[in-house]
Amino acid sequence: MPYVKALRCRECGREYPQEPINVCDFCFGPLEVVYDYEAISRVISRERIARGPLSIWRYADLLPADSERAVDINAGFTPLIKAKNLGRRLGLDNLYLKNDCVNPSYSFKDRVVSIAATKALEFGFDTVACASTGNLACSVAAHAARAGMKAVVFIPADLEKGKVVGAAIYGPTLVAVNGNYDDVNRLCSEIADSYHWAFVNINVRPYYSEGSKTLGYEVAEQLGWRAPDHAIVPAASGSLFTKIWKGLKEMSDLKLIGPVKTRMHLTQPTGCSPISTAYLEGTLNIRPVKPKTIAKSLAIGNPADGYYALKTIQQSRGTAWSVTDEEIVEGIKLLASTEGIFTETAGGVVVAGLEKLAKSGAIQKDEVTVAYITGNGLKTQEAVENVVQPLLIEPSLAAFEKAIKER
Amino acid sequence: MTKQSPRSQEPRVSRPARGAKLRVRFTFPQRLVTEPVIWYLSKHFDVITNIRRAEVKESTGWVVLELEGKEEEVQRGLQWVREQGVRVDLVTGDIVEG
Repeated sequence: MPYVKALRCRECGREYPQEPINVCDFCFGPLEVVYDYEAISRVISRERIARGPLSIWRYADLLPADSERAVDINAGFTPLIKAKNLGRRLGLDNLYLKNDCVNPSYSFKDRVVSIAATKALEFGFDTVACASTGNLACSVAAHAARAGMKAVVFIPADLEKGKVVGAAIYGPTLVAVNGNYDDVNRLCSEIADSYHWAFVNINVRPYYSEGSKTLGYEVAEQLGWRAPDHAIVPAASGSLFTKIWKGLKEMSDLKLIGPVKTRMHLTQPTGCSPISTAYLEGTLNIRPVKPKTIAKSLAIGNPADGYYALKTIQQSRGTAWSVTDEEIVEGIKLLASTEGIFTETAGGVVVAGLEKLAKSGAIQKDEVTVAYITGNGLKTQEAVENVVQPLLIEPSLAAFEKAIKER
Repeated sequence: MTKQSPRSQEPRVSRPARGAKLRVRFTFPQRLVTEPVIWYLSKHFDVITNIRRAEVKESTGWVVLELEGKEEEVQRGLQWVREQGVRVDLVTGDIVEG
């Protein structure tokens, strides 16, 4: 039973009823879900959460959709792993990895899409839609299949086939738009206005984005009901970053954990770093950019939550970092070779950013630090193809022994 | 006699035929911050401009506004705005996600 009171504009504060809308009619600011925290505080407890399913829906009291009708492919409650080897390399004794590579469609998007698809059914939609070059497409198509809904996925026509096999397999309608990213953006905005479809990150965005709070909840629960001292999070739109902070604050306000002193650190690829750039320039004004990076899952040049991400950095005394494509690749390899986790380019951005953060001295050796690894490496294999360097030998023992000696 | 509200006594604004409505964000580079780009857009294209939020500083500025008019005319106007060096984005931010 969702404890949602209303939608509220983050800019002017105007309130709206629970509907599939995402923009304030007055000032065009973004809308956010408002909860009845007093009612939630009367029912929620650590024990109640612990009795819940091993998925995001164990936090149903804090989510804006009805868990009884959840579109659930078992997203969430992913492992929190102590990274002893990587931590030793970086001089950190209490480094943890939140491993969202292992979600059902292999990225953290399953969390937000589960909410969006559930809400879409509540609103009476029979079709979910998105525009995506990767993770979101896969998750939307998978959840639609599970729910028996239609799915429409928009992609730029020049996108490599391999990127969308993971979405196409679930049977959505795949629409390849013969244009660039700006064209797909504009078209999807027009279609969202014209068709009665649940565009997960347009008209149901206020509900969709709340799913990311579960990354804050889970980490707090898995750390033994406490917030980490530091969190390192990749940023595309900035929504994930702000919602992890919101999740931790909600838990504290509801007395599930103590006061939150987590420093939130944001990382982006240098080829698309409008938020990090604004932070380094000491401004809250985001200047949109044209993305040019191998980290396609973070390639949002005009981040909808950029301003709010900067405010979160301020409120949490956090920092922001940007890393080059070369550093991203090295970050992927470092994580794999130290902890046995193969992450996609967004995860490489996190590891590379964490290295810079650790070198800066901002993290004390024994502070509890969580790095959020948001997607699986199989999705961006081409970024690290050069790791494939086999020893080429003739089929004889002698040839093998020679090659091994010379390696 | 019915008392007329002050609003009903104000002159009605003459508007072009209703057509497309588009909510966008203009981001201005430093050299255009003091230029009347939106005034020029309204004057030279058959487009209604309706500003809802804005921030103007020395080095940059942004305006969130709604454009109304026939779709081709709105797009022509936006093309001109882009050609001046103003970045044009949807108010929702980028929709294509990874």
